[in-house]
Amino acid sequence: MIRQMVKSNWLRGLALLSIALLAMSSCAPNENVIRIGVFNSLTGGTATFGISSTNGIKMAVDEWNARGGILGKQIQLIVEDDQSKPEEAAMVVTKLINQNRVVGILGEVASSRTLAGAPIAQKAGIPLITPASTNPKVTRVGDFIFRVCFTDSFQGAVCARFAVQRLGLKRLAILKDVKNEYSMGLANYFRKNAELLGGQIVTEESYSEGDTDFRAQITTMKGANPEVIFIPGYYTEAGLIAKQVAEQNMNVRLIGGDGWDSPRTVEIGGAAVEGAFFCNHYSAEDTSQMVRTFVAAHVKKYGYVPDAMAPLSYDAAELLFTAIQKAGSTEGTKIRDAISQTRDFPGVCGNITIDAERNARKAAVMLQINQGKLKIYDVIQP
Amino acid sequence: MAQFVQQLVNGLSLGAIYALIALGYTMVYGILRLINFAHGDVYMVGAFVGYYLGRMLNAGSASAPPSAWNFFLVLGGSMAACALLGFILERTAYRPLRRAPRLNALITAIGISLLLENLGQLIFGADPKDFPTLIERTSYSVGIVVFSNIQLIVIATSVILMLGLQYIVHRTKMGTAMRAVSFSHDASGLMGVNINRVISFTFVLGSALAAAAGILVGLYNPKIDPLMGIMPGLKAFVAAVLGGIGNIPGAIVGGLIMGVAETLTVGYLSSTYRDAITFVILVGVLLFRPTGLFGTTARAKV
Repeated sequence: MIRQMVKSNWLRGLALLSIALLAMSSCAPNENVIRIGVFNSLTGGTATFGISSTNGIKMAVDEWNARGGILGKQIQLIVEDDQSKPEEAAMVVTKLINQNRVVGILGEVASSRTLAGAPIAQKAGIPLITPASTNPKVTRVGDFIFRVCFTDSFQGAVCARFAVQRLGLKRLAILKDVKNEYSMGLANYFRKNAELLGGQIVTEESYSEGDTDFRAQITTMKGANPEVIFIPGYYTEAGLIAKQVAEQNMNVRLIGGDGWDSPRTVEIGGAAVEGAFFCNHYSAEDTSQMVRTFVAAHVKKYGYVPDAMAPLSYDAAELLFTAIQKAGSTEGTKIRDAISQTRDFPGVCGNITIDAERNARKAAVMLQINQGKLKIYDVIQP
Repeated sequence: MAQFVQQLVNGLSLGAIYALIALGYTMVYGILRLINFAHGDVYMVGAFVGYYLGRMLNAGSASAPPSAWNFFLVLGGSMAACALLGFILERTAYRPLRRAPRLNALITAIGISLLLENLGQLIFGADPKDFPTLIERTSYSVGIVVFSNIQLIVIATSVILMLGLQYIVHRTKMGTAMRAVSFSHDASGLMGVNINRVISFTFVLGSALAAAAGILVGLYNPKIDPLMGIMPGLKAFVAAVLGGIGNIPGAIVGGLIMGVAETLTVGYLSSTYRDAITFVILVGVLLFRPTGLFGTTARAKV
């Protein structure tokens, strides 16, 4: 008898608990704020991307909130770390949408991770703007997915043109990350464009994210005697690759994409990345008013000169907030329509016009690493 | 041809590191019949101890330019720290299970491995760290092949440590005791060998070698992270099996073969097969020569 009572009490407790949990999860989110979700790589292999990007977004949020927020409501930012893993990205985007009920999502820098999160946002009808994912597939996920940066078809063409025409080097090698959408896409566009321009891809080797020993690939590439090695990867690997290329006494130019944009490239690569070029979204040396204001504000708030991930993410946040303001609503479809109507929106990294494919058409800069600093070498218009 | 020789040099440098880790697996197996799956993570801890020691010494910065002294200091410090770690692991995790079924100890080893990996992520942080520059890189062209001084240091350090190990195992009293214990715990115990001490010593020695491998890899490919021990740990384990687990020269040869096989696969086939080749070798060994290259036939226990 006692036993039965205990059991029924226990069951009642469980029932109460589940009701409480249900009430908690379904309770209407605080309507006095506008919730914006951010998913970024705050830890893991490309942590500087996520940290820099999130810092940029926070600057935009602070500015808007100081001015009174959007539609009279304060912006509440919910930041999730995906640990630089695509599967984790899918999970945190699901959480942002189902649990935090965000009205818009900003994130990821890396294309592989945006591609993991975007289908979930698309299905839920929540607009997602990626600051820096350049792989063309990203915005093809659906009509709720936008970007404020150029795509790899443009970036690949810029790098190929730079190597073949500007530097006049025709024997090209590619070392790409086979596990990474961004790297594979960029390598592809580089190859196509270089061959059109009369360049020759003498060898194409690959590695996987997280590898630390590239000597076998470099030795094979050395056998093909290239003048340029194009490394469309991320900064951690790029620095190590550069070191191991230097170790082999190879006389080549290294060229990379925007995945190199991190202070860690120079920290890891040291003297080995000296003289290397990479394509990027912006240069902190740009003398335009917007860049100078942004860099000054960033230095004041965080104490260092930002890489491109911060201003790009700032632009993405500004664009999303302006769209919500213009839509006059937090409804997904209305925000989406407002974003897709963006024309000549003034961004730190150039003016943004969202085209029919939900991409931004923008100029690229070619930076050269010169005594550990990034110097503008060229600006390439689309 | 030049390219092939160069790939061999690359492969041997990588293989030397695998061999150092494989020695720890094989020694512990030889004495305890235990596959110490936490060994790869001891190697990771070794690299991180080296990282922090190097930073304390300010190695590679302007105030303390790279020097051989720093290298020896970091190497010695990290080997000592991991020797202690190996001692503690054996004392707390494996010794209480000495009389338990072998499977229990194996599962414990996997548990310790996960513990070290996750503690590593908690304490060191999950993002990769740049190993300090203990020694400035230079390259020498010898005929058709390019050596870097780091490759020479990796190979030379490994060879010296392996010779030291051979000396300990074959020329010292403790080494004799180790060999005796590996034949029979009970018989050597009856002969007055302090088995606990011998087993502790084996762990200390194996862990110190793993730490040395960690430092060498930090020097060679200066990027370390808390999960860096998983793959090299597995590869070294396969190397130990390839050489005949429990056999010390076998582990060295196995490690070198693994390194060369991996480099040639990446160089001539595709980097995608980098890790696959390891397991192809493992399956091949298990199919055609289960005792490994130098292994002796195991006595069957029914």
